[in-house]
Amino acid sequence: MKRSLMGRLWPNLVAVVMFVFCVFPVYWMFATAFKPTGDIIAEDPVWFPTDATFEHFKTAVNADHFWTMAGNSLIVTLLAVVFSLIIGVTAAFALARMRFKGRRGFIIGFMLAQMAPWEVMVIAIYIIVRDADMLNSLIPLTLFYMVMILPFTLLTLRGFVAAVPKELEESAMVDGCTRMQAFRRVILPLLAPGLMSTSLFGFITAWNEFPLVLVLNKEAESKTLPVWLSSFQTQFGDDWGATMAAASLFAIPILILFVFLQRRAVSGLTDGAVKG
Amino acid sequence: MTVQKTERPPSGPTEVQTSDGGPRPGGPRRSAGRLTGVTPYLLLAPAIIVTLLLLGWPLVNNGILSFQNLNMRQFILHLTEWNGFDNYKEVLTGEDFWRVTGRSIAFTAVNVVLIMVLGTLVGLLLARLGRKMRTFLLVGLVLAWAMPVVAASTVYQWLFAQRFGVVNWVLAKIGFESMADHDWLATQYSTFFVVLLLIVWMSIPFVAINLYAATTTIPKELYEAASLDGAGAWKQFTQVTMPYLRPFLYATTFLEIIWVFKAFVQVFTINEGGPDRLTEILPVYAYIEGMGNQHFGMGAAIALLTIIILLAITSFYLRIVLKQEEDEL
Repeated sequence: MKRSLMGRLWPNLVAVVMFVFCVFPVYWMFATAFKPTGDIIAEDPVWFPTDATFEHFKTAVNADHFWTMAGNSLIVTLLAVVFSLIIGVTAAFALARMRFKGRRGFIIGFMLAQMAPWEVMVIAIYIIVRDADMLNSLIPLTLFYMVMILPFTLLTLRGFVAAVPKELEESAMVDGCTRMQAFRRVILPLLAPGLMSTSLFGFITAWNEFPLVLVLNKEAESKTLPVWLSSFQTQFGDDWGATMAAASLFAIPILILFVFLQRRAVSGLTDGAVKG
Repeated sequence: MTVQKTERPPSGPTEVQTSDGGPRPGGPRRSAGRLTGVTPYLLLAPAIIVTLLLLGWPLVNNGILSFQNLNMRQFILHLTEWNGFDNYKEVLTGEDFWRVTGRSIAFTAVNVVLIMVLGTLVGLLLARLGRKMRTFLLVGLVLAWAMPVVAASTVYQWLFAQRFGVVNWVLAKIGFESMADHDWLATQYSTFFVVLLLIVWMSIPFVAINLYAATTTIPKELYEAASLDGAGAWKQFTQVTMPYLRPFLYATTFLEIIWVFKAFVQVFTINEGGPDRLTEILPVYAYIEGMGNQHFGMGAAIALLTIIILLAITSFYLRIVLKQEEDEL
């Protein structure tokens, strides 16, 4: 009896410790962002922001170019996601539904592309973009982010397409639809959840991308939020309230997306990342 | 659009039809066989073209640059000076590269071992918890998982800040008085420790949640059969749980190796590879040599060597994936 009580207690205790380990940094970011400066530099930490203030958020939002860079981030990310979805869903359809020479080769090729060492290729990309006279432009960023998220989008969507019963498509074609119409009217609506979750993951990747934009876009007008945040940290050094407010502003969209994504997160990632 | 009728497409190589072992007998399979010709290639073309252009070309370009003497002067004047294998000679005969490589491998190993062990334990823990407690922990894991890297590293800088950092305060309170004003980013190992904690913290959720998901797919009958055979808890774990999870653990481990090996952002944002370049791992080293010190050709050579090391790791992983794929097709 005593042993089973202990046996039940232990996992729960460990779970609580683990929970704190996971959540504390996130909590501390938000808590600091809302604390008045006096509380932040108190001798003993103030664990809960009782006199919550929006002061630091104002500092962050009013910092140079915040809105420009937020806009850049949003534009680049959304365009990259939309393009990779359009390109990805057609390719996914071919890979999931058709038999043709080299199909396996293409699948393996995209799996390889998914592991591309983007972090290491910044020098080569920098030279290419410079020679194309496109430094400090959002166009190369959009294109590279699109290709960065394309393999994942494509391979995951392949799984979703394959999960739609062939019979649905065939019966639509018996009813007189062309293959394209069958795809548009029957399969595409069924793919909606798949499109949702893959595009959210694409969004997160592009929203977070740091090395490329760091190298390619040196002018303030063309930077995106990750670079803004890292330079903000350097610039505001000891103003941890403002820095944490900035970090919060950057993280909030992703945290919200993840809440939506949570249910799909597991199967989406295992199918897309682990398997291919 | 013109190709899809129910008849054989008018154009396209005929051998495509038989590529999967000859024409198939009638029935629905046959109609699947007819949907070939050029259509799949047309559908794939955009994806392939952009990938080759935007991923393939930088890779090739990186190779080309690595055989050039490309520094600030040549860069500004747009000069192309070939210097053969000089970059490689210099990199491979110098001490730095090997030191950084060794450091990268050790760094990756420590991280991945910690991530896999802790992640697996948390995953198994999730499977043992009650429903409420499990949801509670899952929420925590998802929050850590969702934090963007740059935001997370900024938060870690604050947690470990020399003054008013909460970590130093806690350490001082529990008796390590000397830690009250400790500067974590002043030495190699303590900087690495902060980076390590950041990476482990960010990576555990992926392993744990996926592993938990995998345990839910283990058929209950296997445990019943095992307990009928008289297997105890430990035996059930080693005989049923582990073998079932093994392919999964392999795949996750390789993914983590690849990710940690390329952990540019975490290392760079915490302390830019410092102090004194002592925490540079290969991608950061390539970046600092290439972009920072404007030895672009040299940086490209380091980058290519890094990619080769990465490929060696990846090929091992790919073979496993390939096998899986074979089973499926």
